[in-house]
Amino acid sequence: MSEHSSSLMPYVLVLVGLLALTALTVLVALVDFGHPWSDAVALAIALSKASLVVLFFMHVKGSTPLIKLAAAGGFFWMLIFFAFILSDVLERTTLVPGWEP
Amino acid sequence: MSETSSVTVHAPGLAHHFDSYEQQKETSLLGMWLFLVQEVMFFGGLFVTYVYYRSLYPHAFNVGARELDVLWGTVNTGVLLLSSFTMVVAVMGAKHGSRGGLLAGLWGTIGFGLLFLGIKYVEYSSKWEHQLVPGLNFDWHGEAARGIEIFFSLYFGMTGMHALHMVVGIAIMFFMLRPAARGKWTPENHNFVEGFGLYWHFVDIVWIFLFPFLYLIGLASE
Repeated sequence: MSEHSSSLMPYVLVLVGLLALTALTVLVALVDFGHPWSDAVALAIALSKASLVVLFFMHVKGSTPLIKLAAAGGFFWMLIFFAFILSDVLERTTLVPGWEP
Repeated sequence: MSETSSVTVHAPGLAHHFDSYEQQKETSLLGMWLFLVQEVMFFGGLFVTYVYYRSLYPHAFNVGARELDVLWGTVNTGVLLLSSFTMVVAVMGAKHGSRGGLLAGLWGTIGFGLLFLGIKYVEYSSKWEHQLVPGLNFDWHGEAARGIEIFFSLYFGMTGMHALHMVVGIAIMFFMLRPAARGKWTPENHNFVEGFGLYWHFVDIVWIFLFPFLYLIGLASE
């Protein structure tokens, strides 16, 4: 584990960034970018916020390679999960004509 | 590890099966991370369910989302982010041997956590009054009713599971107060505090995704 400075200042900056991104995501939600861009913007901001928390609050930045691997593994698993489920869900109506929930 | 001494005197806070504080710390934190990866899978299932049903009922999900209170949701997001910051204060206090910092951080996190749950209670009460609780008093008629009921099932399921994680976290923090005051955690070994901090930040991250998915979608559409 790398040594961290005793100053809280960097964390205050991260907190301010997180609060600013929260305000931003609410403001852009009031604008209709059309499907699927509104979702993409909201997701991009959420991913940015999560990255700030993971890298700084959870100290993954500056941690050992093993910890980084575990954290990246969780994220990569999520990508696989969504990719495979969505490849089914988004294609279903074309594969089964007339299919309805 | 010494090969010459016959009687081994362990360093304080270092378990006998570890060579060094660094090894002990990495072992402890890796265990916590593996637990969190398992939590990612657990919440991942809920999020995938959400994405699937939203793709089936996009209009109903927009209508349902507009029934939620964006102001309370935004305030609660801020409250939870502040609680993550106070958790950082607690870990830093333990790391630098400051009992005051550790205790202040824990109390701050408990306080913001309870405030979050209080606001959640206000929101849940309002949903109950508007008869939007599936399985108990859901009452919505019209063409989108089925999709809206599914939206609220997911709303209560996901925010409820998130809130349960917070209740567990707050309970653990109450049990941490006494050992913290007695100086159980040292700069060399405060791995429990750091591991708990990882858990609390993870719960924060879950909310970071819940907030736009549940409250913000459909604000501007139709």
